[in-house]
Amino acid sequence: MAEQSIISPENLVYKKTDVMTDRELHYCPGCGHGTAHRMLAEAIDELGIQSETIGVAPVGCSVLAYYYLNVDMQEAAHGRAPAVATGIKRVFPEKYVFTYQGDGDLAAIGTAETIHACNRGENILIVFINNGIYGMTGGQMAPTTLPGMKSSTCPMGRDVLTMGNPLKITELVAQLPGTYYVTRQSVHTPGNARKAKRAMKKALEYQKENKGACLVEVVSNCPSGWKMNPVDSNKWMEENMFPFYQLGDIKVPGKGLVSDGKNGS
Amino acid sequence: MAAKGDIIIDIERCKGCQVCLDACPKDVLEMSRKVNAKGYQYTVKVNSDCTGCANCAIVCPDAVISVYRVK
Ligand SMILES: Cc1ncc(C[n+]2csc(CCOP(=O)(O)OP(=O)(O)O)c2C)c(N)n1
Ligand code: SF4
Ligand code: SF4
Ligand code: SF4
Ligand SMILES: [Mg+2]
Repeated sequence: MAEQSIISPENLVYKKTDVMTDRELHYCPGCGHGTAHRMLAEAIDELGIQSETIGVAPVGCSVLAYYYLNVDMQEAAHGRAPAVATGIKRVFPEKYVFTYQGDGDLAAIGTAETIHACNRGENILIVFINNGIYGMTGGQMAPTTLPGMKSSTCPMGRDVLTMGNPLKITELVAQLPGTYYVTRQSVHTPGNARKAKRAMKKALEYQKENKGACLVEVVSNCPSGWKMNPVDSNKWMEENMFPFYQLGDIKVPGKGLVSDGKNGS
Repeated sequence: MAAKGDIIIDIERCKGCQVCLDACPKDVLEMSRKVNAKGYQYTVKVNSDCTGCANCAIVCPDAVISVYRVK
């Protein structure tokens, strides 16, 4: 069959959603940030809420998320996105409000804002990209860096005796009464990416119920910071990150906690 | 068997990460020998077994691939 007969508008089954702009992403080759952006954008697209959605961008590699996500966006100071989103949601309670934050942003400098926004039960979605490292600034150790994992500031690997334990902030906020839906996903395979999108979609839909904060963690790669090629970084993530940061729902509406967070610890 | 699917690869957006290669169940994709204007090898089709499953397009961080399928 001639190829031209397949490539025609009525046969189109997948293209970049218009909730992403056409701008080329500045991320390193193979970085999960791009896929995570697109899954969030597709969730917004499928819900038909593009014009009613306001996002807050962090400091970190995704500092320029406002260039790519084709919704109203506000930049926040490092770690402060949940506080900024709180203000936006309270002024525009009918809007869908999300933050998009890395692990350095959310679980280091922004720990207080994260915990208090979750504990207050702010009706926002927090999208948390956990790549276990400060990607943007050169791959320094983050609160989420695994025991033994190498970074530019722990080149011999994280030693928990001197450098402390990794922080499972997602399990931590799931304990708080103000959170409604808390889940951990990834976007490195087609199946995982589709599941992550469904989780983000659910979380945005829950915002209408005004039942509290939703957090969707995406365990992701940082090929540059981890000093691996993208394909190897995804394999390394499966073998090392997932046993510690287990994928799946942690807190579910109607059921409460469905994971004790002790898995892999 | 006639192909059911096909893709368009926006080669100038491709960063040569190869994440899509692993995701394709039909081994349709390989890396080019040439590079694009950014200096990256880019994805090329090497056979016509595409089913239009869209796996490659979903995992591509840079939204390089559009997918078509005969319904
Ligand atoms: C107040 C302040 N402190 C420190 C920095 C430096 N800084 C920029 S990004 C970053 C960490 C980002 O890591 P993460 O949030 O994990 O994002 P990633 O780049 O890994 O996606 C730091 C410490 C800053 N920009 N502002
Ligand atoms: S430094 Fe890491 S997180 Fe940042 S764009 Fe590159 S691969 Fe992605
Ligand atoms: S649409 Fe599916 S079969 Fe076709 S190239 Fe992409 S992954 Fe392979
Ligand atoms: S996943 Fe996208 S950017 Fe990476 S090689 Fe394939 S088409 Fe290129
Ligand atoms: Mg990070």
